Amino acid sequence: MTAALSIRNLQKTYDNGFRALNGISFDVQPGDFFALLGPNGAGKSTTIGIICSLVRKTAGQVSIFGIDIDENFPAAKQMLGVVPQEFNFSQFEKVYDIVVTQGGFYGMPRKLAEERTEKYLKQLGLWDKRGTQARMLSGGMKRRLMIARALIHEPKLLILDEPTAGVDIELRRSMWTFLQEINREGTTIILTTHYLEEAESLCRNIAIIDKGDIVENTSIKSLLKTLNKEVFILDSRDTLDECPDLKGFEGRLLDDHSLEVTVEKGQSLTELFAALGEQGISIVSMRNRANRLEELFVSLLAENKQLEGEE
Amino acid sequence: MNSNAVWTSFSTIIRREVRRFMRIWPQTLVPPVITMSLYFVIFGSLIGSRIGEMGGYSYMEFVVPGLIMMAVITNSYANVVSSFYSAKFQRNVEELLVSPTPNWVILAGYVLGSVTRGLIVGLVVTLIALSFTSLSVQHIGITIAIVLLTAVLFSLAGFINAIFANSFDDISIIPTFVLTPLTYLGGVFYSIELLSPFWQGLSKLNPILYMVNAFRYGVLGVSDINVVWAFAGVLSFIVLLFAWGLHLMTHGKRLRH
Repeated sequence: MTAALSIRNLQKTYDNGFRALNGISFDVQPGDFFALLGPNGAGKSTTIGIICSLVRKTAGQVSIFGIDIDENFPAAKQMLGVVPQEFNFSQFEKVYDIVVTQGGFYGMPRKLAEERTEKYLKQLGLWDKRGTQARMLSGGMKRRLMIARALIHEPKLLILDEPTAGVDIELRRSMWTFLQEINREGTTIILTTHYLEEAESLCRNIAIIDKGDIVENTSIKSLLKTLNKEVFILDSRDTLDECPDLKGFEGRLLDDHSLEVTVEKGQSLTELFAALGEQGISIVSMRNRANRLEELFVSLLAENKQLEGEE
Repeated sequence: MNSNAVWTSFSTIIRREVRRFMRIWPQTLVPPVITMSLYFVIFGSLIGSRIGEMGGYSYMEFVVPGLIMMAVITNSYANVVSSFYSAKFQRNVEELLVSPTPNWVILAGYVLGSVTRGLIVGLVVTLIALSFTSLSVQHIGITIAIVLLTAVLFSLAGFINAIFANSFDDISIIPTFVLTPLTYLGGVFYSIELLSPFWQGLSKLNPILYMVNAFRYGVLGVSDINVVWAFAGVLSFIVLLFAWGLHLMTHGKRLRH
C-alpha cells in the first residue's frame, strides 16, 4: 500500500549552519491518525515546512501518496492541507473571503468553493462569524478558521501543527471530535502537539523527534506497553496521619488525604487495594500523576540526551 | 494544475487584490486624486496660465498627460509593494505558497491586480483633468499600450521591492528616493528642449522620460524622444523584471527558507 506520507533520509541545514534535520525517515499510512512529537526546536516544524514547500530541504526524499515532491509538487500539494502553528491569514479579510479565496488558489470553481466554505464554517461553528474580519476573532476561532481553510480542497492528508495551542478545554474537546470524524471519513491526519494527552487520545501511531533525529517510531499502544512503572495519586476518604504499609509498593503521603504510589510493571493494582483495604483505608478516587505518554516522552528524551553525552 | 485551475487561481489573486485596495479606498484611491487635482489647479491653472505654451500646447494641456502617467506609475508600484509586503509580514503569502498555484501565476496575479489600481487611478485623474481642459487623443493605440505597459513595468518593480523588503521602511525607500525624483525630472512638467544639451543628455538616461513622452505623444502627438525607443525600453524592462521576479520566487530565500 502506498504510504500517505513517506519521508526518507530528510536533511535540513539552514544558512546559518544550524542542522535541523539529520536524515530522518518515517512513513504514515493512509487513514492513520499520526502524532509527530518532540520538544521545541526538535525539527517538527522544519519537517512540516519541507512537506508543504515553505522550507527547502537540503537532501532526502518526500512523497505524498506516492508522488515525489521533487517530481510533481503541485500534484502532491493538491492532496495536502496544512494548519500551521502561527496565524497566517490576512487579519483584515473577512472569514468567508479567506476560506473561499483559498479554494480559488487550489483551482476550485467559485461555486464549489462557496459551498464547501459554508459546509466547513458551519461544522466548525464559524458560520455566524463569516462576515467578521479575522482580527476580531478569538484565538480559538482563529484556529478553527485555519482548519476550515486547510480543508477547503478536501485534502487526503491533513497536517496540524499544534492546532489546539491556547484553546480552552471545551473547545479543544470539540476540535478533537471534529478531527476524529474527518479521520473516520478517510482523511489521514498528522498532528504535532505539546498536549500529550491529546496525542494519546487521538493518535494511533507516533514518531518522536529530538534534535533532528527520530528517537521513536511505533504505535501508541506498543509504546505504552514499554512503560515500566506508573505513578498514581490515590485520594482517601479518611484522614491519613502517615503513609500506610503498602506491601511492596513504593508510596508516600502527599497530604492528609492523598497518597502517591508507584506501581511497577508486573505489580497488580488489586494487590495494592487489598493492602489498603486490610488497613481500613477507603479510596474514593485515583488518577495518574502524569499522562502515561508524557512519562515515556520525558524518559525517551532523557535517554537520547544520555546517549549523546556518551558519544 | 490544468489551464482552468490556473485561470481560477489567477483570477482569485486579482479579485483579492482588487478587494484589498477597494476596501481601503480612502488610503488607495482618494489621496492620488486629491494630489493630482492640486497639481492641475496650481501648476496647470494658476501658474500654467503665466507660462504660456509648451511644445505647441497650453501648459495645462502639456502637463495633463505627464500627471496622468505619474499617477499610474506611483499607484501601480505602491499597490503591489504594499500588498505583497503585507502578505509577507502577516504570513498570509503562505496561503499561496502552499497551494499548487505556479509561481508565474502568483507573480502575474499580483502584477495585474496592481495594474488595475494604476489604471483606475489614471482614469479618475483623466476625468478630473477633463474638467480643466479638453483632451483629444491623437493616437489611441499608442496611448493605451504605453499606459498599460508602464503600469505592468512598475508593478513588477514593486513586486521585486516587496520580496527584498524586510521592514515597512524598505517599501518606502525606492518610491521616495528613486521613483519620485525620476518622475519629477522625467518630463512631466517641462519639455527637455528647455534644458542645456548636457542636461538633455542626462535626462535621456531617465527611463520615465520615455514613458511620459510616449504617452504625451499618444495624447497630444508631440514628444521629446522617439516613441519606438520608449516601447523597446519598456518591453525589455518588463521581460527582465518578470524573469527576475520569477527567479526570486522560485529560487530566492526571502519567501522560502
